[in-house]
Amino acid sequence: MAKITIDSEKCKGCLLCITFCPKGLIKVSGKFNKRGADFVEFKDSGECLGCVQCAIMCPDCCIEVYK
Amino acid sequence: MKKIFSHPVSLRKTSTHYCPGCGHGLCHRLVAEIIDELGIREKTIAIAPVGCAVLAYDYWDFDCTEAAHGRALAVATAIKRVRPENIVFTYQGDGDLAAIGTNETIHTANRGENLTVIFINNAVYGMTGGQMAPTTLLGQKTTTTPLGRQANLQGFPLKVSELLSQLPAVKYIERVSLHSPQEVIKAKKAIKQAFQNQLDNQGFSLVEVLSACPTYWGMPAHKAMSWIKEVMIKEFPLGRIK
Amino acid sequence: MKANKILMSGNEAFGEGAIQAGCQFYAGYPITPQNELIAYMARHMPERNKVFIQAESELAAINMVFGASAAGMRAMTSSSSPGISLKQEGISYMAGSQLPGVIVNVMRGGPGLGNISPSQSDYFQATRGGGHGDYHSIVIAPASVQEAYDFMGLAFDLADKYRNTVIVLGDGILGQMMEPLRLSAANQTPQTEYQKPWALTGCKGRKPNIIRSLYLGDGVLEALNVSLQKKYQLIQQEEARYEGLFLDDAEIILVAYGTMSRISKVVVNNLRDKGKKIGMIRPITLWPFPKKAFSGLPAMCSKLLVVEMSCGQMVEDVRLSVNGKYPVEFLGRAGGGVPAEEEIIEKIESIL
Repeated sequence: MAKITIDSEKCKGCLLCITFCPKGLIKVSGKFNKRGADFVEFKDSGECLGCVQCAIMCPDCCIEVYK
Repeated sequence: MKKIFSHPVSLRKTSTHYCPGCGHGLCHRLVAEIIDELGIREKTIAIAPVGCAVLAYDYWDFDCTEAAHGRALAVATAIKRVRPENIVFTYQGDGDLAAIGTNETIHTANRGENLTVIFINNAVYGMTGGQMAPTTLLGQKTTTTPLGRQANLQGFPLKVSELLSQLPAVKYIERVSLHSPQEVIKAKKAIKQAFQNQLDNQGFSLVEVLSACPTYWGMPAHKAMSWIKEVMIKEFPLGRIK
Repeated sequence: MKANKILMSGNEAFGEGAIQAGCQFYAGYPITPQNELIAYMARHMPERNKVFIQAESELAAINMVFGASAAGMRAMTSSSSPGISLKQEGISYMAGSQLPGVIVNVMRGGPGLGNISPSQSDYFQATRGGGHGDYHSIVIAPASVQEAYDFMGLAFDLADKYRNTVIVLGDGILGQMMEPLRLSAANQTPQTEYQKPWALTGCKGRKPNIIRSLYLGDGVLEALNVSLQKKYQLIQQEEARYEGLFLDDAEIILVAYGTMSRISKVVVNNLRDKGKKIGMIRPITLWPFPKKAFSGLPAMCSKLLVVEMSCGQMVEDVRLSVNGKYPVEFLGRAGGGVPAEEEIIEKIESIL
């Protein structure tokens, strides 16, 4: 059991987390934050491995991981 | 559930000015994580360059100074000499360290100053809008090499790490990349080594970090990762250089 | 007991004066005619557990001073005219960051590589800022080996007091000549300990300190400039220094600083012996310029004569100070020429 949280206000929508999530659990939200970025969201399907690859690659330190 | 990946204490929780996908934010975090892990936040003094990372002091939560363009290592030399108990590092881009500051870089390394240097190589000038850097690849288009860099006009990409490795006083040089989670883990290990060397009074340590500039490479962030992996690394091979 | 007198060159006196003033860091690059100073520091700073670095360039040297000063230390560099031009970048950054520091300029002939003869042609560069931006360094001009020594303590004190750069402006004659020097302990040790809570020491027990001169926010840089100008006004009020000679009844007043003030003083004394009413103003601080010295001139004063080893630089400040009330004549030589006693007398006679 693992999950991530994403600071959607800090997210700039670079989508690197989506590229590197091995389970495809992060999606574009289709919504915009205050900085005007189309931020990403975590779709918790219970499959998150807690591998932290998304968090490692996030240039803006938006992601925290729980396991 | 326990938190297994969290925001480092040495990194402020503010949003950065960097473009989406820029490697600076990631590398700032690695430095902050290492400073937390080594327990040296209260004795660290950072020198920010002129370039995109000039505002690094807005993000790191420890003592920091600006330096004039290219002069970070002169500033760092003096701070470390007068405060040897502090941990002093510079964080410089390719223009700062390898063009306007080449003289300071070579001589600081040659004196074997007990410093840690984080050298961000993204093959382009970001702050000023995408001009040729000393590390720009042959054929790479920038605003000042609109037809691509040509060896007969602009020379070859400058391999500063290899140059510095010839100097007897240099302790440690490694080139790393931020294009995948595995490489980021290796990069962190190398940067940590460069700080540990200073703690152990080992002398000049430099880590060259291949880092993405999606904006001025003109590609989305995930393609910038592939470009580092497939193109940039061929010119700048990864691994321990000294 | 006899005073402790030794024979020293001006360049060595700058060095010993700095060390006695508590200078903790020196970085420099060789250039004539100040090489005795860097050599003095190379020998004597490490002996007293202070840091000496021969830098790879003038740029590196001034930026090392920036670093040592940011770390809270009394720091200095020295050079001669072409090297001081290179240091302007660092001096401007120190002004923007409000870092104290002392820069000795043993002036030589210019422009360009010029020559290695004494000169006073860096007056504009020293007093007008010299680098980019609206700023001033405090500029002090010693006229003897004793003052080269004594003024280093003053320079470090003013630098710390105002968080400002201080230029000690000498020339090749002052740097090279030897005179007896009194090492008077009372003069040397800084009388005040200046606290530097802004210095980079590591953020233990406090919020992080940041040394910067980049301010991108709307109006922030303008506010910094306003506060810098307030500081400069205060310095102008408090720190202008000059020496006056026979100002009660002078009909002609010579104005000269540094080495030229010595030659001018001989002229004044000789003409006084002959019954001529000559006086002299010798600015000790060139910035702030001692304007007050020119406000209460005697009624019989008819003219001022400015004598410089330049084509006419300080003369502009004298004209601004008298503001049209008196004619201001000028005698100057440049490129290594030094106005001699006879030339000055001849000029005085021609304007009498």
